[in-house]
Amino acid sequence: MEGRLHSIETMGLLDGPGIRTVFFLQGCPLRCAYCHNPDSQSMFSKTRITPEEIVNIAKRYKSYYKRTGGGVTFSGGEPLMQGEFLLETIKKLKEAGINTAIDTSGYGDVRYYKEILQNVDIVLLDIKHFDNKGYKRVTGKSMGGFYEFLSYIEDFHGILWLRHVMVPSITDNKESIKNLFDNVKHIVEKIDRFEILPYHKMGLEKYENLNIEYTLKGIPEMDIEKAKEFQGILDKMVEKEKENVHKKRKII
Amino acid sequence: MKSWDGFKKGKWNEQVDVRDFIQLNYTPFEDDEGFLEKETDKTKTLWDKAEKMINEEILTGNIKIDTDRFSGIDKYEAGYLDKENELIVGFQTDEPLKRIVNPYGGYRMVQNSLNAYGEKMDKTQEKYFNDFRKTHNQGVFDSYTKEMRIARTAGLLTGLPDAYGRGRIIGDYRRISLYGLDFLKNEKIKDYENIKGNSSEDIIRLREEVSEQIRSLEMIGNMANSYGIDISMPAKDAKEAVQYLYFGYLAAIKENNGAAMSLGRNTTFLDIYIQRDLENKIIDEKFAQELIDQFVIKLRMARHLRTPDYNELFAGDPNWITESIGGMGEDGRTLVTKTAFRFLHTLKTLSPAPEPNMTVLWSENLPEGFKKYCSKLSIQTGSIQYENDDLMRPVYGDDYAIACCVSAMKVGKEMQFFGARANLSKALLYAINGGIDEIKKDKDGSLLKVIDGIKPIDDEILDYEKVLKNYDKVVAKLSNLYVSTMNTIHYMHDKYAYERGLMALHDTDVHRYMAFGIAGLSIVADSLSAIKYAKVKPIRDKNKIAIDFEIEGCFPKFGNDDDRVDDIAKDVVEKFIKELKKTPTYRDSEHTLSVLTITSNVVYGKKTGSTPDGRKKGESFAPGANPMHGRDENGALASLNSVAKLPYKDCCQDGISNTFSITPSTLGNNEEERINNLVGIMDGYFDSGAFHLNVNVLNRELLIDAMENPQKYPTLTIRVSGYAVHFNRLTKEQQLEVINRTFHKRV
Repeated sequence: MEGRLHSIETMGLLDGPGIRTVFFLQGCPLRCAYCHNPDSQSMFSKTRITPEEIVNIAKRYKSYYKRTGGGVTFSGGEPLMQGEFLLETIKKLKEAGINTAIDTSGYGDVRYYKEILQNVDIVLLDIKHFDNKGYKRVTGKSMGGFYEFLSYIEDFHGILWLRHVMVPSITDNKESIKNLFDNVKHIVEKIDRFEILPYHKMGLEKYENLNIEYTLKGIPEMDIEKAKEFQGILDKMVEKEKENVHKKRKII
Repeated sequence: MKSWDGFKKGKWNEQVDVRDFIQLNYTPFEDDEGFLEKETDKTKTLWDKAEKMINEEILTGNIKIDTDRFSGIDKYEAGYLDKENELIVGFQTDEPLKRIVNPYGGYRMVQNSLNAYGEKMDKTQEKYFNDFRKTHNQGVFDSYTKEMRIARTAGLLTGLPDAYGRGRIIGDYRRISLYGLDFLKNEKIKDYENIKGNSSEDIIRLREEVSEQIRSLEMIGNMANSYGIDISMPAKDAKEAVQYLYFGYLAAIKENNGAAMSLGRNTTFLDIYIQRDLENKIIDEKFAQELIDQFVIKLRMARHLRTPDYNELFAGDPNWITESIGGMGEDGRTLVTKTAFRFLHTLKTLSPAPEPNMTVLWSENLPEGFKKYCSKLSIQTGSIQYENDDLMRPVYGDDYAIACCVSAMKVGKEMQFFGARANLSKALLYAINGGIDEIKKDKDGSLLKVIDGIKPIDDEILDYEKVLKNYDKVVAKLSNLYVSTMNTIHYMHDKYAYERGLMALHDTDVHRYMAFGIAGLSIVADSLSAIKYAKVKPIRDKNKIAIDFEIEGCFPKFGNDDDRVDDIAKDVVEKFIKELKKTPTYRDSEHTLSVLTITSNVVYGKKTGSTPDGRKKGESFAPGANPMHGRDENGALASLNSVAKLPYKDCCQDGISNTFSITPSTLGNNEEERINNLVGIMDGYFDSGAFHLNVNVLNRELLIDAMENPQKYPTLTIRVSGYAVHFNRLTKEQQLEVINRTFHKRV
């Protein structure tokens, strides 16, 4: 079995807990306006890799995982698009005692969701927008796929980090934060982190190189301090809701 | 004896044995930096003054030189910066930052340096010195063969210590504090009397050397006396311990101007004195920090007279006052003490600075608090390098120190003959071009043959096996030439510029290394890989010399954790040391090898033509063992893993240097995350058997801004290859090279 690979980053420090080897899988059904890996969107790739090769590469970094609680992260592209390959690889890594994470928007081959979520340790799930209209505007796709993946998360027992890229003039307001949170309120107990990632323009030159139009051109980078404020608000919402659920349960 | 009151007795009371003293008396410290104190007003006043002078020197480019006399341990009157606030005293000359003229390595170097600064030596001194004294440099050139001269001119052998002091010898300065000069002198007299046997050349030389050592101990005493301090007896308290130790170092840098004049491994030793005074309530933590701060201020004011050429090679006027900090003991206790923290803390109490060259001996078992503190300071100041204690301890025990950047030796028991480096990228070109230099021509304009007996390769596409076979031949010849050259240099250095003061602080029966070096390793590996896995077509000039190469197809590159090419690199170093060992060395010293270029990778690049890996003529080499810029495509850890595969023990046992730059935002989202991640990276890296890591945590944009607006960044310190440097003191070329290095970042 072979997967389509975009690239490897052996020192991923922002892709889940600890030091992680990130395998960027090629191909994504979304076309997020701010995507910083536009070169990984196309489904075509010359580079192939087998589950065994991934395990062998990962093994070389075990000493780095050891103290930091790191492991392997599959990012993309959209790793779920290669569901069968992803599942097989995660299983093999698990056998080798290596912690696994997927960095996903929740769009892929539905047939493998259940089993992937039974085997993977960490899910980093992106929420691009809070409603269908906005979602379409940001990603070019409707939000249905996201909801479908979210329904599978209800049976997931690993670590869940939610992420949202905050773009000025799109979701940089309190109302949006609340709306975002409402989407996942029902699984609040599963959320270990809900991160706001401030939009930045560092991937811009890739668009020029690929000759793709960059639709957010006129929009400035997200102010980091402001993003921190919103993060504070969001953290409180999550915390409060967790308390509520806890209280309710006690009453029952 | 009062000086030793409260210390546990042992072997060290009967004979010189500093390690025994340390092991019996030190207090390991497993906690964090919470106990540290800020700088005192005294320190602040003193450092402000010192810093002003230091900055002025950098800004104006003007230096002070004592042209009245030539170097020597007790030739200069006492000098002070601010007598009232100076806790630790002593400068090289009678004024801070005034430089010594040391002619023993070679007079031409002195002349060039003086000319460069528009200074003149006292006429009488100059005349008589040159009339009556021969220098190391003259001795070497009286004995160089034609082949050696050509190899040197072509840049096959570079940075040879044949015109100035060789350095890389660390005196065990602690001995003066622990024993006082009288004890040390008596031991040396006993040693002298014990040199028995026929008066062979070896025996005669040793006797003369020990006599010189004894003489130098008297000189060190005279020098201390000029400051009103008697160091004939052991130090009685922490302040004296620091002062005596510093006098030992000061004597070393008054007498010698070697490129690297390193300090040793002193924090655990000094901590014993500080701890005793703290326990006896003679001093408090504030004073303890003040003592270390003031010691470090002195170290930051050490200077040597260099030529502008020298500065082009080794940017920023470095002295490699390397202090080795931390590590673990053979018994499993950590050698980290509170004074290790105090020493590192000077990067905050004073400002960040390249000297002393702080070198942390990393072990998996170091206390967590210490690991995190080092990591934090690396992120904040960029002034620390790390070396693998778990790799060195089995070879050198637990009382070794680093000389220069990466050269380990047992303190006071081992020394090394510094051997600069051979440009192996050039060796590879000679394999293709039949031993003829691709750039340098003979005086009459004809081709310059550097290595004899190599048949040029005239294939249209280079054949791997053929090139490799020729390369092996070149390396065999080069190795013999290299060892012979080093033997010549060190014979003459011992004869004309013997480091008596440094060697007086060594055991008489000292173990010697001869430290050879490699420049351009990643280029050789990538070039051979290109020839093996792609199609490499040489472009030849009218003399049939390959002056460029066309590459068709992909090939694995060093720095991607790809065994296909990493094994080539491994093979290159293993073959080289094997060949070097075939030629016997001067004084039966042990052959060792380093992969280290310091900043000279820029200059080596200039002297080397285009190489089969696609690097163009004149382009910089990667520093040390680093992969070539931009060729490490799989992220930092793949790059580190490639370097970690180079074998240390019995091969590159003189050190493998690797410099690593990462942007803050890639390292983590906040300071705590960054600290933990950096600790994780180092634990993982060293656990993979790697040897050395220079860590820079900064943005490329910051460096570009610093290049354009130097006044905004007066203390910006970065690690280059084995040492740190104020970014502002690099030449524009070196700054650009640093900026072009791979910065590991994520978008």
